[in-house]
Amino acid sequence: MENKIDVRNQIRNNIGKRKNNVDKIMPRFFLIMASVSVITTIGIVVTLITDAYHFFKEVSIFDFFSTKLSPLSANPSFGILPLINGTILSSLIAMLVAIPIGLTSAMYLSEFSSKRTRNFIKPILEVLAGIPTIVYGFFAYSFVTPLLMKLIPSLEAKNVLSPGIVMGIMIIPMVASLSEDAMKSVPNALREGAYGLGSTKLEVTTKVVLPAAISGIMASFVLAISRAIGETMIVAIASGSSKNFTFDITHSMQTMTGYIVEFTSGDAGSGTTGYYSLYAVGLLLFIFTFIMNIIAQYISKKFREEY
Amino acid sequence: MTNYENKIVYDVKGLNLWYGNDQALKDINIKINKNEVTAIIGPSGCGKSTFIKTLNRMIENIPGVRTTGEIMYHGINIFDKTMRVEELRTRVGMVFQKPNPFPKSIYENVLYGPKIHGVKDKQMLQEILETSLKSAALWDEVKDRLHDNAYGLSGGQQQRLCIARALAVQPDVILMDEPTSALDPIATAKIEELIDSLKSDYSISIVTHSMQQAGRISDKTAFFLMGELVEFGNTEMIFSNPRDKRTEDYITGRFG
Amino acid sequence: MSSDEKVYELDYNKMNNQKSQTNNEKNERKSVHIDQKRIDRRILINQISGKVFFSSTLFALLVLSILLYRIFSQSIGWLDLHFLTSKLSIFPEKAGIYGVIIGSLGLMAVVIPVTLVLGVSTAIYLEEYAGKSRVQNLIKVNISNLASVPSVIFGLLGLALFGRFFKLGSSILAGGLTLSLLVLPIVVVSSQEALKAVPGFLREASYAMGASKWTTIRKVVLPVAIPGILTGAILSISRAIGETAPLVVLGIPALLLKVPTNLMDDFTALPIQIYYWTLDTVLTPEYANLAAATIVVLLITLFLMNSIAIIIRNKSQKGF
Repeated sequence: MENKIDVRNQIRNNIGKRKNNVDKIMPRFFLIMASVSVITTIGIVVTLITDAYHFFKEVSIFDFFSTKLSPLSANPSFGILPLINGTILSSLIAMLVAIPIGLTSAMYLSEFSSKRTRNFIKPILEVLAGIPTIVYGFFAYSFVTPLLMKLIPSLEAKNVLSPGIVMGIMIIPMVASLSEDAMKSVPNALREGAYGLGSTKLEVTTKVVLPAAISGIMASFVLAISRAIGETMIVAIASGSSKNFTFDITHSMQTMTGYIVEFTSGDAGSGTTGYYSLYAVGLLLFIFTFIMNIIAQYISKKFREEY
Repeated sequence: MTNYENKIVYDVKGLNLWYGNDQALKDINIKINKNEVTAIIGPSGCGKSTFIKTLNRMIENIPGVRTTGEIMYHGINIFDKTMRVEELRTRVGMVFQKPNPFPKSIYENVLYGPKIHGVKDKQMLQEILETSLKSAALWDEVKDRLHDNAYGLSGGQQQRLCIARALAVQPDVILMDEPTSALDPIATAKIEELIDSLKSDYSISIVTHSMQQAGRISDKTAFFLMGELVEFGNTEMIFSNPRDKRTEDYITGRFG
Repeated sequence: MSSDEKVYELDYNKMNNQKSQTNNEKNERKSVHIDQKRIDRRILINQISGKVFFSSTLFALLVLSILLYRIFSQSIGWLDLHFLTSKLSIFPEKAGIYGVIIGSLGLMAVVIPVTLVLGVSTAIYLEEYAGKSRVQNLIKVNISNLASVPSVIFGLLGLALFGRFFKLGSSILAGGLTLSLLVLPIVVVSSQEALKAVPGFLREASYAMGASKWTTIRKVVLPVAIPGILTGAILSISRAIGETAPLVVLGIPALLLKVPTNLMDDFTALPIQIYYWTLDTVLTPEYANLAAATIVVLLITLFLMNSIAIIIRNKSQKGF
C-alpha cells in the first residue's frame, strides 16, 4: 500500500509539472507541413501565370493561337495550334486503344472472370501501371515504330501514331481498374434481377451493369484523356519535334508537353520570350488537365446512382 | 488535491448532455460512493454508456457534444477549467465493452500508463506490473510470458489485462462499460469475481445489459430510461421493491 | 470458365421450362412466344464475347511480355559489372552508369526524408487533428487536384522556384525537391489510409489512460500505422525514381558529367540517361543497347522496392 500511494503521488506530480508545450506545438507543426501542399498548388499557379504574363506582353493572343510555330528562328513566332493539334491527335489515338481494351478488360474482370484469373490478371495490370513512362517511350521508338513501318511503309521514324498507341497501352490499366471499381460497386440485386429473367452474362453486363456504372466509367475515360494530354516522355521520344500543322498521323508532330521538354533541354535563356513561352504552354496544359479533372469529379458526383 | 477520505466520490448535479440537438441526458442527479459497486442499467440508447463516459470526459471525443450541470469529483467540478482531463483520467480508470489491449507485449500494456506519466524507476515499474496483474487476477497466467503480444491472450484474459492496465496508474474509480458483453460465461464469472475483490480499494461503476449481473455484483443500481435517471437506490430495493412503475416493467422484462 | 458455363445451362433449362409452360397455356391466354433459335444465338454471342473480353484482357499480358523480352534481350552483352562500375563515355563499349546510379541515389537521399516528413505530417494533420473543418476540406481537395497535375508542370515549378529563384540550378537538391513535391500527394493519401486503418478503440484506450493526443499518436497510432505508411512511401519513391520529365525540364545537361559528390552538384539519373541515349540512337545505334541495359537496372530496382513493400505489407497483418 505504501508503494501504491507512492506511485499515485509520483504520477500526479509528474502531470502537475509537465508542461503541455509539446501537445500545443505538434498540431501547429503538422499544420505548417500540411500547408506545403497548398503552397505548392499556389506556387504552380503563380509561376505559370506570372511567366505567361511576361510572354503575353511580347506575343499577342492572336499570334499565340496561330498555326505558325518557329521559336528558334531569327524572327520567332509562337503559334500554339500545331502543339494543340499534336496533343489532341496523340491523345485521340491513345483513347482509341485504351478505351475499348480497358473497358472490355474491366467487363471481363468484373463480370466474367473467375476469382483465380482475376488474381492473376490484376497484378499484371499493376506492373504495367508501375512501369516508368520513359520505358514506354523507348519501347515505342525502338520496337513499335519499326513494327508499324512494316505495315505502313510511308511511316516516318518519328510519328504520332506509334507513341499514341503506346500511350494507350500505358493507360489501359487506369481505365480498366477505375471502370472495374465502378462496375463492382453496382449492387448484386440488380444483376440477380436480370439473371432471374433469363439474361445471359453479356446481356446483364451491357444492359444492367454498364448503365448503372456509367458515371464511374465516363469519369475514368475523362481522367484517362487528362493523363494522355499530360503524358510527356513517350511523345518526347517517339513523336519528334516537327512543328508543322498537319493531320497526317504518320508524320512527326510535337505535343505541348514535348515542346516544354525540347525547349528546356535546349538552351532557353532565362528572360527570353522563348523561356516564357514554356510557361504559356504550361499554363494552357495546366488549364486543360484541370478542366478534365473537374469534369471527371463532376460526372462521378452528379450522376452517382442512388441504388 | 482533495480529501480522498470523503465517502462520496462523485456528486452529479443537474447534468444535461446533448449530441448536437438531441438531448441524451436529462437532469441527472446521483451520488456515487467509495468502496461500492454501482450498476447502471437500462435499455439500449437510454444514455447509460453516455453517462459513464461523461464521468471521465471521454464523451468529449465525440464532436458536437455539449453539457450543462456539474459533476463534482471529490469536491471539484470535472468541467472546471483547472481540471486537466489527463489528470482526471489517471484518477478514473476505464474498461471498455470490447477488450482493447494495445498491439504490444503484456508488459508494455500494463506499464503504458505509468510510463507515459513519467515513472522511470525500473524497480518501481516492476512492482507496479506485478501488483496490477495480481489485482487483476492475471499474474499466475501470464507471469512466464510477460513479453508476449497481448493479442495472444484469450478474450477474458485480454479484458483482465485491460483492467490491470487501468489499475497500474492507481486510480480510485474504475468505470466499466459492459465489460463482459463480449465474453463467454466462464470468463464473465471471473471478471465478476474480480470486481467483487476490487471493491475494497476502488469505487466501481459498471454499465450492464444483464440484470442478473447487476443483481449479483452491485451495491447500488441506477435505472436509466430515455436519458433520464428513473430510479437510484440499493440494488436489493430496486430489484425487490421498485418505486417507479417503469423500473418494475423493465426488471420484470416487460420491455427493453 | 467452367462455373460460367454451368450458369448458362441453368438459364437454358429455365428457358425450356418456361417455353413448355407457355405452350400448354397457349389456348387459355396469349403469351410471349419464345424462339428456341433466338436463345441459342444469344447464348452463342454471350460465349463468344466472353472469349473476346478475355483475350482483350490478355493483351496487357502480351504487351508486358514483349516489352520485357525486347528490353532484356537488347541489354544482354551490355549489362555487366563493367557497365555498373564505370563512368559515362561517348564510346558505347566503355560507357558505364556508375555516376548515373550515384545521381539516382542522391535524388533518393533528398526525396525520402522530404516526402516522409511532409507526407506523414500532412496525413497526421488531416486524420488526427483537423476534424471535419474547412481547412481539412481545402487541403484534401487540393491534394487530389495536385495528384493529377502533369509531372512536366512540376518541372516548370521546379525550374522557376528551385532552379532560378533559390538558385539551386540543376543540382541534385533542386531535382530531389521537385520530385518530392510531385510524389507528395501519393504519400499523403497512402499515409492517410494507414492512419484510418488504426482502430478507434486503441485511441480510446490510450485517452482513457490519461494520455494526451500527441502521446496517443506517438505511442499507439504511429506504431500500428507504420507498416502501411512505409508501404505507401516505398511505392511513391519508386515512382520518383522512374520520373523523367520534371528533371529534363530542370535542365539536366546531356553532358559527360563527373560523378556527383554532394547535393549541390549537377547530376544525371537513370531515367534521364535512358532518355538521352534513346534520342542519340540516331547517331550511334549501340546507344539503344546502353539504354536497354539502363532500363533493366531501373526495372530491377523498382521490382526490388515493390517486393519490399509487399513483404512489409504481408508481415504486418495484425490480429485485431
